[in-house]
Amino acid sequence: MRILGLAGRRLAASIPTLILILIGVFLLLQLAPGDTVDALMAQMGGGDAATARELRKFYGLDLSVPVQLGNYLWRLIRLDLGFSSIYGKPVATVILERLPPTILLMTASLSFAFFFGLLFGVIAARGVNRWPDTLISTLGLIFYATPSFWFGLMAIVVFSIYLQWLPAGGFQDIGTVQTGIWGVIDIAKHLVLPTLTLGLIFLAIYLRIMRASMLEVLNLDYVRTARAKGLDETRVVTRHVLRNALLPMVTLIGLQAGTMLGGSVVVESVFSLPGLGRLAYESVVQRDLNTLLGIVFVSALLVIVVNFIVDLLYARLDPRIAAEG
Amino acid sequence: MDLTRLEINRRTALLTSAAIAANVINPMRAFAQETPRKGGVFNVHYGAEQRQLNPSIQASTGVYIIGGKIQENLVDLDANGQPVGVLAESWEAAPDGKTVTFKLRKGVTWHDGKPFTSADVEFTAMNMWKKILNYGSTLQLFLTAVDTPDPQTAVFHYERPMPLNLLLRALPDLGYISAKHLYESGDIRQNPTNLAPVGTGPFKFVKYERGQYIIADRNPDYWRPNAPYLDRIVWRVITDRAAAAAQMEAGELHYSPFSGLTISDMARLSKDKRFIVSTKGNEGNARTNTIEFNFRRKELSDIRVRRAVAHAINVPFFIDNFLGDFAKLGTGPIPSTSTDFYPGANTPQYPYDKAKAAALLDEAGFKAGAGGTRFSLKLLPAPWGEDISLWSTFVQQSLGEVGITVDIVRNDGGGFLKQVYDGHAFDLASGWHQYRNDPAVSTTVWYRSGQPKGAPWTNQWDWQDATVDKTIDDAATEIDPARRKALYAEFVKEVNTELPVWMPIEQIFVTVISAKARNHSNTPRWGSASWHDLWLSA
Repeated sequence: MRILGLAGRRLAASIPTLILILIGVFLLLQLAPGDTVDALMAQMGGGDAATARELRKFYGLDLSVPVQLGNYLWRLIRLDLGFSSIYGKPVATVILERLPPTILLMTASLSFAFFFGLLFGVIAARGVNRWPDTLISTLGLIFYATPSFWFGLMAIVVFSIYLQWLPAGGFQDIGTVQTGIWGVIDIAKHLVLPTLTLGLIFLAIYLRIMRASMLEVLNLDYVRTARAKGLDETRVVTRHVLRNALLPMVTLIGLQAGTMLGGSVVVESVFSLPGLGRLAYESVVQRDLNTLLGIVFVSALLVIVVNFIVDLLYARLDPRIAAEG
Repeated sequence: MDLTRLEINRRTALLTSAAIAANVINPMRAFAQETPRKGGVFNVHYGAEQRQLNPSIQASTGVYIIGGKIQENLVDLDANGQPVGVLAESWEAAPDGKTVTFKLRKGVTWHDGKPFTSADVEFTAMNMWKKILNYGSTLQLFLTAVDTPDPQTAVFHYERPMPLNLLLRALPDLGYISAKHLYESGDIRQNPTNLAPVGTGPFKFVKYERGQYIIADRNPDYWRPNAPYLDRIVWRVITDRAAAAAQMEAGELHYSPFSGLTISDMARLSKDKRFIVSTKGNEGNARTNTIEFNFRRKELSDIRVRRAVAHAINVPFFIDNFLGDFAKLGTGPIPSTSTDFYPGANTPQYPYDKAKAAALLDEAGFKAGAGGTRFSLKLLPAPWGEDISLWSTFVQQSLGEVGITVDIVRNDGGGFLKQVYDGHAFDLASGWHQYRNDPAVSTTVWYRSGQPKGAPWTNQWDWQDATVDKTIDDAATEIDPARRKALYAEFVKEVNTELPVWMPIEQIFVTVISAKARNHSNTPRWGSASWHDLWLSA
């Protein structure tokens, strides 16, 4: 119960941060030259001044900046995210439509990176400075150093163009709309390449962290005690070392949930996925302030939720944390 | 940048692509004997989503590529670039040029089953073209009323003479009709029909998943017999150009319009037998690359400096090495593809001559100071295409050689328009001038004085010339086609002499399309056309 109180306090503390972020983004976007009407003009290939004036009024851009900001915050208090100028519908609806692909992609690649990072990290730590360690560490370094858009494009070239195993892009098959279990399989097929692309970079980080933390824990006294008790090595690793070595990994997940949202702009563009990253990018280019602020708001909420779960996991892994509160 | 090394790479790639593009015409003739096949799904690359899909209220290729299959225009262009009736069957102008009468097609119905009548034309012209449509509002500025004596007749009344050839060349883009019964109540801009368009065209709107795809199916009640051939068109939203090229290769896309892929991918795919890479079918979407001079800078208000800038840049070298056969040397604001108005190259031109450029700058009093620098300029390139980015770098280096330091300041679309056309915070700007089949549509605004501040792609240079203004105004209301052409030739001569904007490169968009497609690229604005005769071979 104590942990819930702690998390609740954290949650309360994050609200001022959230508001500061929103105001900051709002003001930053005012610094960018041009507004959403200029962006619309750019898209249309021109228009006359009267049209532009009328459009500014239509989008509420004829008001002063403080009034616009005030209006925005007042709407936010009433949980109204406003109206998107590029989509012509409420921001909440636009974001809800884009949330599932992002969350699916994020969960899939984080799980992939976490699981294999853990596995390879343990293998590398157990064979430290021998060939498995060298091989895994080198591969990790290569994954980490490769830009994700290149990875994505190469994956498309190999698996979609040459082997024709997987679709080259999109979230689902448009030609024949699948339902039920086939629909799930269809979406899964479309997510394999993006998940690998996004996951491989994070995999590299996780396996390095896991390896380092395993090596550290393996040298602690209680591990020596466990060995002295006559336990075999596998039991020592799984029962005693792993659990303690996992803490830094869990911390990292909390930190990276936010990065994953941003990092997926590139992956979403390369694989034509309708996710939040691309929506955010488009909102900046189109100067769609309401949508952008809405995305910042939702992303911040997601990060807070993930960190909350991480806090709970800490307590599960290391009971001392819950006890000390 | 090492120009000689780049030359080899780019030239090899582009020459091959040009050779393939030239071969395109022959296979298409050979296929003309095949029997058209019904059915099939045509997948189209859609690079940049628009805010809405109704071409009656937004004139841009991003809308036509979808809305142009669902809604139809009064008039389109045929294979030879001449106006041909679509929803209008015939037209006639009064001798004074102040009334134009359109006879409309009978038996046409909207996708919801209601009949198409002159009331729709009247409503669209007065409420959309005149009030909302970009360029339409300028074209129809002097439109006072549209009379509808019967359901098949629409009579356009103008306050000043409207040249019929201007109207007929503008209407393919600016003449799409919307259904009155769907738009007459409420704010037109916010009408949900804009995102689920209803038209009279060969394809019926089915579904729009934002960020993913748009689907339209064949209209079984289409007025043209035996059309369309395709069962379905799917537009796939793919923002990443390299990813779009990969999807073309994976067979998930049939068509990437309007230079939607990178120059290097287009060159690569042109060597692949599965694709046709060509500028054919885009002649109606010609554009020129610009150098726009800000006369608020005293150096640039001197005509010798503007001419020196033009003489200092080796345009043929740039085209050969960076753009290849998809571009050619420009001669002014009216491109050579515009057969009705092109005045030829017999107007003042500025061939590459570094010595002359230096002499002109010396003469203007801007002698080279310490380190060979005369003065420095800020160049704002538009973010529309990689050619503009390459061109800006080339301009920077070329001007550097005659002692003008150029700083390139990059912006995104909204930022570029704001800074150049509203804030006037530039010395040189570079982008595209889009030519829309008649100079009065979107070309003369680049030169006519009195443009409101902030109107993009207009004369914001702080430059004014009474002679040019008069030529532009005379040509806009001249109803004799021959005299009109002569006036525009005069206009090109004048602006090429004064050089407020320099337009040295002509380009046409490049199409990448599957070799299975038939009856494609057969009109000058095919990407925007209705595709009623397009079919896919087995």
